[in-house]
This record gives sequence, C-alpha cells and structure tokens, in this order.
Amino acid sequence: MSLRNVLDKMEPHFHKGGKYENWYALYEAVDTIFYTPGQVTKSAAHVRDGVDLKRMMILVWMCTFPAVLFGLYNVGFQANTAMASLGLTESNTWQGSIAGALTSFNPDSLWDNIIHGAAYWLPIYAVTFVVGGFWEVLFAMKRGHEVNEGFFVTSILFSLILPPTVPLWQVALGISFGVVIGKEVFGGTGKNFLNPALTGRAFLFFAYPAQMSGDAIWTAVDGFSGATPLGLAALGGVDAILAQNITWFDAFIGNIQGSVGETSAFAIMVGGLVLLFAKVAAWRIVAGVLVGTIATTVLLNLIGSETNPMFSMPFYWHLVLGGYAFGLFFMATDPVSASMTNIGKWWFGALIGVMVVLIRVVNPAFPEGMMLAILFGNLFAPLIDNFVVQANIKRRMKRNGG
Amino acid sequence: MEQLISLFVKAVFVENMALAFFLGMCTFLAISKKVQTAIGLGIAVIVVLAITTPVNNLIFNHLLREGALAWAGYPDVDLSFLGYISYIGVIAAIVQILEMFLDKFVPALYNALGVFLPLITVNCAIMGAALFMVERDYTFGESVVYGVGAGTGWALAITALAGIREKLKYSDVPAGLRGLGITFITVGLMSLGFMSFSGVQL
Repeated sequence: MSLRNVLDKMEPHFHKGGKYENWYALYEAVDTIFYTPGQVTKSAAHVRDGVDLKRMMILVWMCTFPAVLFGLYNVGFQANTAMASLGLTESNTWQGSIAGALTSFNPDSLWDNIIHGAAYWLPIYAVTFVVGGFWEVLFAMKRGHEVNEGFFVTSILFSLILPPTVPLWQVALGISFGVVIGKEVFGGTGKNFLNPALTGRAFLFFAYPAQMSGDAIWTAVDGFSGATPLGLAALGGVDAILAQNITWFDAFIGNIQGSVGETSAFAIMVGGLVLLFAKVAAWRIVAGVLVGTIATTVLLNLIGSETNPMFSMPFYWHLVLGGYAFGLFFMATDPVSASMTNIGKWWFGALIGVMVVLIRVVNPAFPEGMMLAILFGNLFAPLIDNFVVQANIKRRMKRNGG
Repeated sequence: MEQLISLFVKAVFVENMALAFFLGMCTFLAISKKVQTAIGLGIAVIVVLAITTPVNNLIFNHLLREGALAWAGYPDVDLSFLGYISYIGVIAAIVQILEMFLDKFVPALYNALGVFLPLITVNCAIMGAALFMVERDYTFGESVVYGVGAGTGWALAITALAGIREKLKYSDVPAGLRGLGITFITVGLMSLGFMSFSGVQL
C-alpha cells in the first residue's frame, strides 16, 4: 500500500463531521509535504507555475544549511579553543557534558567541534520548533487556516540569530512572542508586517539584555568572556579587532565570536546567492542595502570623529561583521515584510543600509544594528509602497491626459 | 548650529512624541486609517507645534517665570503656577485660528480632519511639547527647532502607522482584536522598532 493510499484512507476522518475534524490542519500539512496539493484553480485567469509557497519556503530553509553547518563548527571551535586556553578538560554545562560523552574537546578536530556545537544548537532549534510549532498548529486549528512552511523558515532563522549560550526558556518565550504577536494575531503567514523571527529576537534583546548582549555569552564555556569583533570595534575601531589577531579574512570566513549562524559571511553568501539566483530573494533589496551601507559609511569616514572610533571603520568591515550578511540575505528579503514594488525595494533596502550603519556608529547603546535596522525598515515598507503606487497613478493620469 | 541639528534629530527620532513617549495617542489611533488623511493631520500638528511652542516660550520667559516681570517693575513676582492654563489657552486660540484658515483656504483638508482638528487642542503631544520646553529651559531658537522636530516626529509616526494599517486591511485578525485592539499591538511593535534610537547621545 502506497503512502498516497494511506493518506487518502485517513482523509475522511479529518473532514467536517469526521472523528478528527479539529486536526485537519495537521493532516493537510503532512499531506502536502509529501504530495503536491490536489486543489487547483479551475477558472480563468491564473498563472501556471511550478513554484508555490511550500516549495519556496523549503528552498529558503535549505539555503540556510551552509550557515548552519559552519555555525555548528564555529560554536564548537570557539568553545574548544576557549577550554584549551583555560586548561579545562571537562565542560561545565549540561550541553558540554553531552558532547563530552560522545567525543573529546580537541579544537583541531573537525568532528569534535561540530559535535560540541551541535550539542548547543540542536536543543535551541528543538525548543524553537516545538514551542513555535505548537502555537502555529493551535492557531491553524482554531482559525481554520493551513499550517504552512513559513514556520520552517521562521524557526531556523530564529535559532540561528541567537547566541549559543541562551537559556532555553528564553528561546521558548522569544519564539512565542515572535509567532503569536509578530504573526498569528495578524492572521498568519503573509499578513504580518514585521519579520516574526526578528520580532522574537528583538523582544528577547530588550527584555533580557544580560543574556542577549555583552561579552560573556558568545562562547559556550562558562566563565569565559570574549567580545564580538563589533563589540571590540565599538571601543577601539578596526585596530582593536586586528589587535586580537582577527583579520578581515577571518571575519569573512567566520572564525569569530557571534550568534550561532551569523558569523560566516562566506557560508551565508553561498546560500544567499542560491536564493538570489532562484529569484526567491529580491536582488533589488540586497543591492539597495549595499548601496545604503556603502554610501553612509563613506560619508561617515569623511566626517570623521575624534572620540568615536567607529566613524572610521571602512565599509568592507561592516559587511562581514555581526549579523549583517545574515540579515542582508535572509531577513531583509523576507517577501512579506519588505516593500512589494520594484522601486520601493530600492528605497526599502537603502533605508536599512543607512540605518544599520547609523545604529552601529552613532548609537553607543547597541554595537549591532542589523536586527533593529530591518525592523525599522519593515515599519516604513508599506508607506514606501504607498508612495510608489501614488506616484505611478499620478504619472499615468498625466500620460493619459487625466 | 550643530547643537540645533542635534536637537532636531533628537526630537524627531530619539524622543519621538508618539512612539517613545506615547503622547497624542487619541488622534494617533483614530486618524491613522488612511495615509492621505494622516499626512494632512501630521502637517497640521507640525504647524501647530511650530507656532505654539515658541509662543509659549515667549510667554513663559517674559511673563510667567520668577523675575520675568522685572521689566514691568515687579521683580519678585513668580507667576509660573499659571503655566498650564496659559499654555492650553494659547494652544486653543492658535488651533482656532488654524481651523478658520483651513476652512477658508483648504476646505478638502478641513473636511477630512473633521472633529479632530479642534481636538488637536487637547492633543497631549502639543501640551507635552510646551511642558518639555519649560522643563528643559529651551531658549527661543531652541523652542522653534524643538516644536518643528517634535511635530515632524509625530507626523512621521502617524504616517507610517497609516501605511501599515492600509496594508493590514488584507489581514485576517481574530474577531476580538479587530479595530483598536490590533492597532494598539501594531503601535507597540512600531515602538519596538523605534527602540533602535534609544541610547543615542546627541
């Protein structure tokens, strides 16, 4: 008996009046993961296309894998290096004990690093998935819409922008806020105006600053503190980063302190280029962000400052540090919360690019600005669209003699 | 000059009247359904703030504050307890004049704003700007810049909110939250986005 037959046989129970009608959303989710949905538009006019929301979201999900793999390696590498320098042979956290049971803590071994990293990231991802999935399914059941793959993307993005040492109850709280307040109260995927993963992250950032920022949280070893390069730069500029023996190439490859999936501009770029090539991510937004960032940085370089070393940081450093690359490819291009019009995408991107540099350089309270810059851009995306559409209407009125 | 630019930026973004202080909420929530109307109201608030804050500044500095009446021969009189009533009176008068002006020259905007134009009188953002001006002891020049800046910030916030609410027309909000409920949540999330400026020292 094929899987199709099993599913078909179960189906009547999930329809209205059936035994499990409340669980229809779950049945539908499982069914459409394995098979193309059966319902198609029958009347004119519709666009024929092999891509649908499900396939698109799965593609985004898969494009994060290079960043995930490198993130696992890097979390383990940073932790093992720190343990070696502190002379520890036993880890003092429960995640570390799990890793210790499976392997040793040798920073030169690829395997040891990945296992150690996975021991930290997998629990974060599992909690994100279970708690977020619970809300998603609950809303789908009560409100009668489908569980959809947007959540695959939200959950993996959310787990990748957290620091490795974040307490798991905060992960649960953050994803709950992101999914419920950021998305479901507006009616689910496609109806929200902020990126749900970033909403959850920002909520945690402001609610629990002790576990979300500072120097002690980026390495998965208790009692070891290592600042992120952006944290260093906020105090002493690029020189302070170089003084720690971190070169630009290190930052590009990603052997630096940071959130799990954000450190490697290179791994992110691999996934990001696939997204651009598949036209899932809008190239206009990516280009807009880059233009905004580079223009603002050059301007600030020219202005200069005696007291703030961040003013003189060149743009190619901005591009590889912190959450910049991850936000650029995976967050800013979220098709729901970004601008929809082509001209609007340029403005939306440029706004983010300008804001991220301003927050990093001018605001001493936050060394990192990508998350807040994208949320800020999301706020103005509908307005930008509105202006573009109005301008278009005016232009056409004029052309047609109004 | 540089100091005035800082003051302006601070008034627009860092200390945004609507999203950092939550002032002027009634009109902010009620008139933000359409972008066009929101822009109109925003401009009205900028104009009112740009006039009332400096006028109140003059009244405070030359009539009310301790020793301000020295020019009239009463160096010991302190009338600052009359502050609130004077400011609100000035605001009411100026809004009245603005209303008559709009009725005569921009009837479209006058009709769109409807009852909310007179309500600008009791818009907390206007009164708030006057009181901040007194508390922070702005000079006349600073009060002009601060008034324009605070108004611009408020106008920016209400326009952005109107944009979002036009987009949310296509949302499927649970029945109990429709209308004001979801607007409150939206404003809360917007203010989360504006937190990016908190901590900026200018």
